[in-house]
Amino acid sequence: MADAPVTTERRSTAPLFSWAKPIVFTLGSVAVTMLGLLFVTFIIGRVMPIDPVLAVLGERASQEAYDATYKAMGLDQPLLVQFFYYLTDVLRGDFGMSILNARPVSEDIARVFPATLELATIGIIIGVVLGVPLGVVAAVKRGSWIDQIARVVALVGYSMPIFWLGLMGLLVFYGILGWVGGPGRLDIFYEDIVPARTGMILVDSAIAGDWSVFRNAFSHIVLPASLLGYYSLAYISRMTRSFMLEQLSAEYVTTARVKGMSEWAVIWVHVFKNIRVQLITVIALSYANLLEGSVLTEIIFSWPGIGSYITTSLLSADMNAVLGGTVVVGLVFIVLNVFSDLLYRVFDPRSK
Amino acid sequence: MTLLEVEDLWVKFPTRQGIFEAVRGVSFSLGKERLGIVGESGSGKSMTGRAILRLIRKPGIVEAGHITLEGTDLMQLSEKEMRKVRGQRISMVMQDPKFSLNPVMTIGAQMMEAYLLHKNTSKTQARAKSLEMLKAVSISDPERVMRAYPHEMSGGMGQRIMIAMMLIPDPQILIADEPTSALDVSVQRQVLDIMDRLVTERGMGLIFISHDLNLVAEFCDRVLIMYAGRVVEVCDADRLHEAKHPYTQGLLNSLPRIEDPRKHLVALKRDDAWAEAPSVSGVKADA
Repeated sequence: MADAPVTTERRSTAPLFSWAKPIVFTLGSVAVTMLGLLFVTFIIGRVMPIDPVLAVLGERASQEAYDATYKAMGLDQPLLVQFFYYLTDVLRGDFGMSILNARPVSEDIARVFPATLELATIGIIIGVVLGVPLGVVAAVKRGSWIDQIARVVALVGYSMPIFWLGLMGLLVFYGILGWVGGPGRLDIFYEDIVPARTGMILVDSAIAGDWSVFRNAFSHIVLPASLLGYYSLAYISRMTRSFMLEQLSAEYVTTARVKGMSEWAVIWVHVFKNIRVQLITVIALSYANLLEGSVLTEIIFSWPGIGSYITTSLLSADMNAVLGGTVVVGLVFIVLNVFSDLLYRVFDPRSK
Repeated sequence: MTLLEVEDLWVKFPTRQGIFEAVRGVSFSLGKERLGIVGESGSGKSMTGRAILRLIRKPGIVEAGHITLEGTDLMQLSEKEMRKVRGQRISMVMQDPKFSLNPVMTIGAQMMEAYLLHKNTSKTQARAKSLEMLKAVSISDPERVMRAYPHEMSGGMGQRIMIAMMLIPDPQILIADEPTSALDVSVQRQVLDIMDRLVTERGMGLIFISHDLNLVAEFCDRVLIMYAGRVVEVCDADRLHEAKHPYTQGLLNSLPRIEDPRKHLVALKRDDAWAEAPSVSGVKADA
């Protein structure tokens, strides 16, 4: 009996197919989700009590002009047909014209989204780089002064309104101390110096090698990004702490200690590997949150991002712009979800 | 020859209701033998095992006259020195391999790590040693097992892997904390046989912690019976049926026996005095 052969399950499917299947499945589910998102946003746009014709022509247009435009915009067609047209346009990257500034919505989004992307990315980097270690240490040194600090940091992050912290930050670091740049992405005499390749000024100026622009852009982004970073830090550190506490009582931790490992090796080699999967979800969610555009932050810091873009468009009944913005935000969410799903597969052998 | 001597070991946990004493003044010695520690849940047997390795985490407190491993008092060692004792000189196998192996690391990585922590050698050497150990615990396809993850293993295999992993740096003492309680009855025997063979071959001392009186009687040389954090009786395993303490007798009477069928099993009647009586010493005089 002692020499019983080892049996592990053999995969019945061929290796090529077992690799292709999840990819096809993922792409399929992304397509279906996108279609659903487009449909829902389109319907919401159409049932809003806003007359798109009047929005274009103005209220004093004649009946003939109204009818002609009504027809030209395809509004006489059934709703499903209209959706089909909208869908084919969107697939070509055409979200229609903005009513506000008579420019293609896609151009507007290409301008505002990189601004948000730049801000959110630096924000999430700050949140992860500081939040994860803080959470880990708080869990390991549970009840110590460092745990208390982490608790206060998170509490402030949860309960303080972001606009207030933003205004105070501007007052102290810009107004009084003058350490950082003020609202906006650049000082006015640095604008339009480097060619916009990505729309992210830090990246563009680095590509162009213009470090004075880079420094100026950095001095402008550092405060709003720290602010957003602080809010994601509050969430990320709390979640990291509770994931860690859950794992620290597991038996495999005792095994690692019995082997004679040092406490820090136990934590970073064994325990941390087990919370990676959960952390990915938390980080992806925070990042998606920031990418939706934090409207209040963008307004306080005059940051021309997608959050303030959608809000302004909504207030001026510019439905094409609102729809376009919503679709982009939805797409970001879906992409991040797929991405974290893929990372799951890499990090958790049980998900295979 | 005495490998380990424990004198007056206490394990305490401060709680809101006052200090809870999990182990209360236990003394025993261990030679190159199989020493069983038996007791019900909460009798302090697992805590005794963990206290020897100094694995009781704060706020738990371990106190002892001394815990001497071949002349070195473990209580006096720094944490860093203690890490050289763990794994390398005293090792431990825990109850359920489902939880005691790291789920997101390959078995190979976990085994090699156990070896590399204490031996200053190459990864190739560690790999060869791991494969050899897996073969020693009757795993017939060690190459594949090395690449596999714990969830792909059955309980019996997992426990054999645990044993292999814990014996890889050649420790002198193995503490087996309920090593077969989570396994199916059909593989318990197999795992025990493997463990017994390895421990005997290597001339190791084994502390076998279990709640299963029959198993311990059959498997060990000497038995400590623990009750409420104290040792109430010490006897040779083959003379367990001659045990005098009413608790041990009660435990024995509460077990069904195939050669002596009975209509009713006697329920154990507890006496508060057992918990108060001083701990019996399990120190064996050196021959």
